[in-house]
Amino acid sequence: MVAEPQLRAWAAAASVPDPEVPCVTVEDLGILRWVRMDGEVAVAGVTPTYSGCPAVLAIEFAVEAALRDAGFEARIERVMTPPWTTDWVTPEGREKLRAYGIAPPAETSGSKMALFGETAVACPRCASERTERLSEFGSTACKAQYRCIACGEPFDYFKCI
Amino acid sequence: MALFDALLELADDHLVLGHRVSEWCGHAPMLEEDLAMPNMALDLIGTARNLYAYAGEVEGKGRSEDDLAYLRDERAYRNLLLVERPNEDFAHTMLRQLYFAAFMHPFWQAALNSPDETVRGIAGKAVKEMAYHIRHAGEWVVRLGDGTEDSARRMKDAVEALSIYVDELFEEGAGDPALPSRAALRGAFDKTIAQIFAEAGLEGIEVSYPQTGGRAGRHGEALGHLLAEMQSVHRAHPGATW
Repeated sequence: MVAEPQLRAWAAAASVPDPEVPCVTVEDLGILRWVRMDGEVAVAGVTPTYSGCPAVLAIEFAVEAALRDAGFEARIERVMTPPWTTDWVTPEGREKLRAYGIAPPAETSGSKMALFGETAVACPRCASERTERLSEFGSTACKAQYRCIACGEPFDYFKCI
Repeated sequence: MALFDALLELADDHLVLGHRVSEWCGHAPMLEEDLAMPNMALDLIGTARNLYAYAGEVEGKGRSEDDLAYLRDERAYRNLLLVERPNEDFAHTMLRQLYFAAFMHPFWQAALNSPDETVRGIAGKAVKEMAYHIRHAGEWVVRLGDGTEDSARRMKDAVEALSIYVDELFEEGAGDPALPSRAALRGAFDKTIAQIFAEAGLEGIEVSYPQTGGRAGRHGEALGHLLAEMQSVHRAHPGATW
């Protein structure tokens, strides 16, 4: 039985957008791990996407602020294990990324393809899989740069990790 | 304090290399690389922060990640000589990056089975990032090694200059059961390098006098300059916040 304050706290924290990819929330990305009540204090577990993701602090502050705005005392815990994987991006999150023009991560990150292989990345505009990788690293650590050969559109790909 | 020392060695490797790679920011040969280099530097510095934070916790004297990174002198740094080597040209930088990533990838893979939960957490992130670093650096080593006459010569020069620092990667250092044996990773490392060198048309060279000493705090001149630049602001304004 989940108490009502915990549900309200979750709803407040879950609505926080990612500062670098504002089309998705921390819930969509799967980086909000849990919210629990410690007496009167709402404690949110947040997990970084990449070791050096510069947005980690901004995300933690934003989640804390959202909890305070909802009337809670708030505390953030940084959760390192198990490490975040793109498999935790929700189906809604993946759809929002695509609609925003960012190709969502390939379905599972379990493969060893990351080392030398290439996964097929579909263009978020025209859905063609005739795409090419321009660069392993895009505007943020979590993205790579691709170009669609079919429609010519350059786009970001949310890397699969 | 074997665990503290072992974590510090690793953290120093990542911070020093991260700083070196960050020096390319604004200077890389093309826009894509200007984005890639800081991204990789962030991966490395992020891993360093995780390691320093845990080392401070293990030590239990209240030292923070900043204390460990900014308030130790050159002789107290335990990093590999490889990672402090200057950037030189892009061939140098990419080969240094390849050597490090080809070592760290199997290291973190083995660390996924560590009895220590925090180490497993750090490894879980880093192993995926290192896979990208190998691919990025490997592609450049092939592109340059199998490229123009000039790029091939520079790549060959880089192999000659940096090969002497490779053996040190496999020294056990402080050693702690929470972290994998380094010597045991030689096979995996050699296999990756052989595969990429074959494609790049590069030959490995026999090293008669490997350079070591980083783990004991004996560094080249390059590290002092790097630390001076990295630490000066923090030391000039102790405790500053904004």
